[in-house]
Amino acid sequence: MSRPHRHNRAGRMALNAAAYAVTVFLLLPTLIIAPMSVGPERLLSFPPKGFSLRWYAEYFQDSDWIRATLFSAEAGVIAAVCATVIGTMLALALVRGRLPGKGIVELLVIGPVIVPHIALAVAMFLVFEQLRLTGSLLGFAMAHTVLALPFVVFTVLAALYRFDAELERAALSCGAGAFRTFRYVTLPLIAPGLVSAALFAFIISFDEAVVSFFISDLDRKTLPRKMFEDIDFNISPTLAAVATMLTALTIVALLLGYALKRSMERRARAAADTGP
Amino acid sequence: MALRDGLQGRVTVQGLVKRYGPVNAVDDVSLEVGSGEFLALLGPSGSGKTTILMSIAGFEYPDEGRILIGEEEVTWAPPNKRNLGMVFQRYTLFPHMSVLENIAFPLKMRGIGRAEREERARAALATVRLGQMGDRKPAQLSGGQQQRVAIARAIVYQPRVLLMDEPLSALDKNLREEMQIEIKHLQREIGITVIFVTHDQTEALTMADRVAVLDHGRLQQLGAPRDLYEAPETAFVAGFIGETNFCEGRLSRPAMPGDPILVTLEAGGQMQATAAQALPAGERVKIALRPERLRVLPAGTEGPTARVTEAIYAGNATTLMLEGQGGQLLRARIPAGAGMHEPRPGESVRLAWQQADARAFLA
Repeated sequence: MSRPHRHNRAGRMALNAAAYAVTVFLLLPTLIIAPMSVGPERLLSFPPKGFSLRWYAEYFQDSDWIRATLFSAEAGVIAAVCATVIGTMLALALVRGRLPGKGIVELLVIGPVIVPHIALAVAMFLVFEQLRLTGSLLGFAMAHTVLALPFVVFTVLAALYRFDAELERAALSCGAGAFRTFRYVTLPLIAPGLVSAALFAFIISFDEAVVSFFISDLDRKTLPRKMFEDIDFNISPTLAAVATMLTALTIVALLLGYALKRSMERRARAAADTGP
Repeated sequence: MALRDGLQGRVTVQGLVKRYGPVNAVDDVSLEVGSGEFLALLGPSGSGKTTILMSIAGFEYPDEGRILIGEEEVTWAPPNKRNLGMVFQRYTLFPHMSVLENIAFPLKMRGIGRAEREERARAALATVRLGQMGDRKPAQLSGGQQQRVAIARAIVYQPRVLLMDEPLSALDKNLREEMQIEIKHLQREIGITVIFVTHDQTEALTMADRVAVLDHGRLQQLGAPRDLYEAPETAFVAGFIGETNFCEGRLSRPAMPGDPILVTLEAGGQMQATAAQALPAGERVKIALRPERLRVLPAGTEGPTARVTEAIYAGNATTLMLEGQGGQLLRARIPAGAGMHEPRPGESVRLAWQQADARAFLA
């Protein structure tokens, strides 16, 4: 018995080692950028010779950076709200509705994930150019809504599949119409799913670079596009500071989303316990 | 609630047909439930009982037929406009609301103010004997308590009719029997019409004023529990309600319901019975005879005989497994303490029965 056991353990250790190696490989560039951002020199260098927050201060004092950040945040919030509302309705239609051609709709929803972003970017640029939407908040909001939609739909679909549809019948029998059934029963129970979907959508919009590159213009640009420009003109450590903050923000948002998902699962389990 | 109009709680189902593809899930069912009556819809799975209930509730729309509640036709009304109470098989309480909020929910949907809502919800909670549980979440209650809350939620707005879809099937046996009595009491107390779907015949017979027995979407018989047991009108009802012996044979002369007849058995011999339906001559018939109506006498005298193959003692009665003429298998039940002859396995006995207790149906 001990030999296969030992064998098993050696295998597991090898697997763990491989997993950690891959993780480190994936994280390394991100981990290097953080120390680089606190170096005092004017040129990006690793390891840093000292500790200074001057590049962070530089970022906050540069109106160009701040403008790009606020623009990204605005586009992100609008895209997150739009994608969540539209995606939720779409998911409801896919699960509850009797719409013809469900399969086709489902395929179309996955579209933005499958089609190369560069192709989407070119297409959007050509259309937006005609409609004078390049460099506009509306244009970014629309483009990012499309890109975030599949993630929202799949997150909400998962929440709806976990949700006991019989509760909707119960609400109807209590005298609630379709709207109030959604408002008082379905929505509160899938809300954690919606919040995590909205967070997802925001992150997707906030660090989306390819499409943004095409549809930005000189004074209306998002943070990723501004970073691209900075790399071209002056490789200052401010860039590292921004990248570090962006990473931190994403990690916080993902942790928040994860916590919400956990609470949703706990709730779903509590709900399941009320059944036989 | 005494003020309620005598007809308001009446439910009428006329010529209901519901098709799922080529199958008629409900096949031309008509029935009327009186105000304040407790009707059970009883049948095996696939008999259409749940489809009938769901059509009354508004979750299914029929292909043919009409449904009336009181004087009002509701065939096409949405479920939230029918003002019915509904208790589901699973408890379906809203997990994010407290017990009291669950019960107050239908009142909220009816635009009743917060104070009155709370007062009426508390009263309903007291009716189902859960007065102290109002602030808990459904997940903190046991199955039986949850189903009581579901009942409170279904009656709090004083609907005319309460629909129940196998509400006790998720509970264990003891709790189920307790709840059967409790629901029955509650129904008498508030005088509500109840339509109760179940596949459990004991449940139907003990709770209902009348039972509608369904099979393959067709209404087999609608009657009081005693009529169903003692005077089944079809072979299905005779076999489905209680235990019964079936003997198959052929009839030489036509008979009308209630006629005494003599059936030539396939297993050999003849049997005296009573026609339960109109029986044409030459048709195959099935005779149903309850085990407790089959009398087992010592051998020796004249009449049909059988051999005891097994005697199963069960405290209040002994069940005898018998092999009659031509290998016909029969069961007889002898109540304990009645001083009747209790033969042993291997013994030969003579069989007797009242002609009225052997009921013949079309096979």
